[in-house]
Amino acid sequence: MSNVFIAFQDNEDSRPIIEAILTDNAAAQATYPTGLVKIDAPDRLVIRRESIEELTGRPFDLQQIHVNLVTLSGRIDEDDDQLSLSWIN
Amino acid sequence: MDTPVIKKKIGLKERYAAMTRGLAWDTTYQLMDKVFPYDKYEGIKIHDWDKWEDPFRLTMDAYWKYQGEKEKKLYAVIEAFAQNNGQLGVTDARYLSALKIFLTGVSPLEYYAYRGFAHVGRQFTGAGARVACQMQSIDELRHNQTQTHALSHYNKYFNGMHSPKHMYDRVWYLSVPKSFFEDAYTGGPFEFLTAVSFSFEYVLTNLLFVPFMSGAAHNGDLSTVTFGFSAQSDESRHMTLGIECIKFMLEQDPDNVPIVQRWIDKWFWRGYRLLSIVAMMQDYMLPKRVMSWRESWEMYVEKNGESLFRDLARYGIRKPKGWTQACEGKDHISHQTFAVFYNYAAAAAFHTWVPEEKEMAWLSEKYPETFDSLYKPRWDYWREQAAKGNRFYQKTLPMLCQTCQIPMIFTEPGDATKIAYRETEHKGDKYHFCSDHCKDIFENEPEKYVQAWLPPQQIYQGNCFKEGVDPSAEGFDPLLAVLDYYNLKVGRDNFDFEGSEDQKNFATWCGDSVEGVKK
Amino acid sequence: MSVVSLKLYDFPAKDLRENFPAPLLFIGWDEHLMFGAPIALPLPSDTPFGALGSAVLPGIYGYHPDFNKIDWNTVAWTKSGQPWKPDLGKSLAENGLKHKDVIRFRTPGLNGLNSSCN
Repeated sequence: MSNVFIAFQDNEDSRPIIEAILTDNAAAQATYPTGLVKIDAPDRLVIRRESIEELTGRPFDLQQIHVNLVTLSGRIDEDDDQLSLSWIN
Repeated sequence: MDTPVIKKKIGLKERYAAMTRGLAWDTTYQLMDKVFPYDKYEGIKIHDWDKWEDPFRLTMDAYWKYQGEKEKKLYAVIEAFAQNNGQLGVTDARYLSALKIFLTGVSPLEYYAYRGFAHVGRQFTGAGARVACQMQSIDELRHNQTQTHALSHYNKYFNGMHSPKHMYDRVWYLSVPKSFFEDAYTGGPFEFLTAVSFSFEYVLTNLLFVPFMSGAAHNGDLSTVTFGFSAQSDESRHMTLGIECIKFMLEQDPDNVPIVQRWIDKWFWRGYRLLSIVAMMQDYMLPKRVMSWRESWEMYVEKNGESLFRDLARYGIRKPKGWTQACEGKDHISHQTFAVFYNYAAAAAFHTWVPEEKEMAWLSEKYPETFDSLYKPRWDYWREQAAKGNRFYQKTLPMLCQTCQIPMIFTEPGDATKIAYRETEHKGDKYHFCSDHCKDIFENEPEKYVQAWLPPQQIYQGNCFKEGVDPSAEGFDPLLAVLDYYNLKVGRDNFDFEGSEDQKNFATWCGDSVEGVKK
Repeated sequence: MSVVSLKLYDFPAKDLRENFPAPLLFIGWDEHLMFGAPIALPLPSDTPFGALGSAVLPGIYGYHPDFNKIDWNTVAWTKSGQPWKPDLGKSLAENGLKHKDVIRFRTPGLNGLNSSCN
């Protein structure tokens, strides 16, 4: 089993993104190295724009994650509605 | 009144394609091969550039918008840091030595990366690849600028940070990063992407940024943390470029596989050697430690690497040839590197010191198989001698590895009591290496590495003195003349941390005696 | 193997003998890792080999408590990693040493601080 991960700066802007990821990805786990929120998941992780919008109550452009993204691991697939990380093997 | 018809916006993928590849064309007034003369000679076969999948899809408007937001946040923090005398908040002034290495050894690499990506951003036939490289080029220039801004505040208060560009081009340990990058950008465009985007920015980057930025956070260095995290979000785009480029080459033609494998072997090893200096910073130069180099290596390389190379196995790619030796090195390289800088502290533009007792206890705990038996004895001896006023300074220049240009400090796999020596001959001359892997790199492209500007050799050839200096003059001191050539301020930038201006100043500013500052 | 290039790739080596005032010699003291790395020194080829122990190496390795105990007659030398017996009375050149050779010496019984190879 291969792990994917994504990490954000630990601030208010990232909170709804983190919450959305943890809600939409049952096997995802968050850890908190200094200054960061790191989410690990087996094989695949999806970030859904709609889930974030539900939490914030306003439109969200998925590319906004760039402002607080720190690092990631896995192959990316991205469109207007979702961004996924996975390893295909 | 008619209801307005809301036209559906075209999706991100189509938008991006229209604004990038959609604007490219095949030339008719000149042959495409003449317009793009550099992307075939390496032997990489590309049959269909349309198969290139854009890694991140930031159109220029989105790029400027989000990068602009990041910049505003970053510069606000840097300003606040300066206004609040943030430099007083670092755990202790020894920490600054890590930043001195960063500013002189890493920030110039960002500049080289900007140049390298600008070059390849013109050379690929595929417009998708060109755009991704051009964007990265701007990112890298941004990194050089933001690092310079963030660290320049410290330059007002601490020594050794006054001449980063000058030192990068001359100082002996800085030839390590400089030669690394010059090797990369004098290769062809596909090698450059394999070297930088894949091997460095994908496989190894987390080792530099994530634990070190956490280390900066632990040591009160808000400025560095902020630029680190801000840069790393750009790095996540760079990583996706790296993995896409590898995947693309491997899928285009099976003949590409052995070429790519050779590059992965070479650049994993070169990147690993380059990171020795980061290993040392992490284990020895963070007064408040976060995790050991060994732990970072296990988390960010071994675990990640398993997933990655399992993914690439289906193309016929295996783990880099030096993988096992690099993993074995996790118990050794930080100690070996800091010890050699302790040796040569008279010639370095940052301070070194003997670790405190509790720091040695931490090192023993983190390196149970190696620290006490192999490395602690020298620290104990040096501490004892320094207390008698006999601090050790090695004045004779070291022997370097021809390829990685690091002094020959690395030991035999399986026996860390023996320095590893390897050699080969080329056109009647001997060349020496720290390892089989550096030797293989040389033997694959000897014409390149015989040109290496090795600092000790250059010093002995008389090439490291300022203009007008007369080595035959009475009272000539070659070491002082070299340090002057480096623009290194003797007695301020160099020697032990104990007794340094940085130490005294920091204690004064914090209202402590020097002894009181030691925690 | 060779550099892959579009044009002729042929540039002078930086460290040819004629670029130095004397042949470069690399010297290492085995089992004394405290010194970090072997050293590099240009030494005139007519230097007597015995002068290494008496005149050259003290300045380099004298800091180590083992150094003054060395009996240069019992020292085991290698050249390019192979056992080698230099004639202390002859010069470096007469002993066959050339530009960029590497010699190492081991001092039996003296293997670093508390025998830790440091």
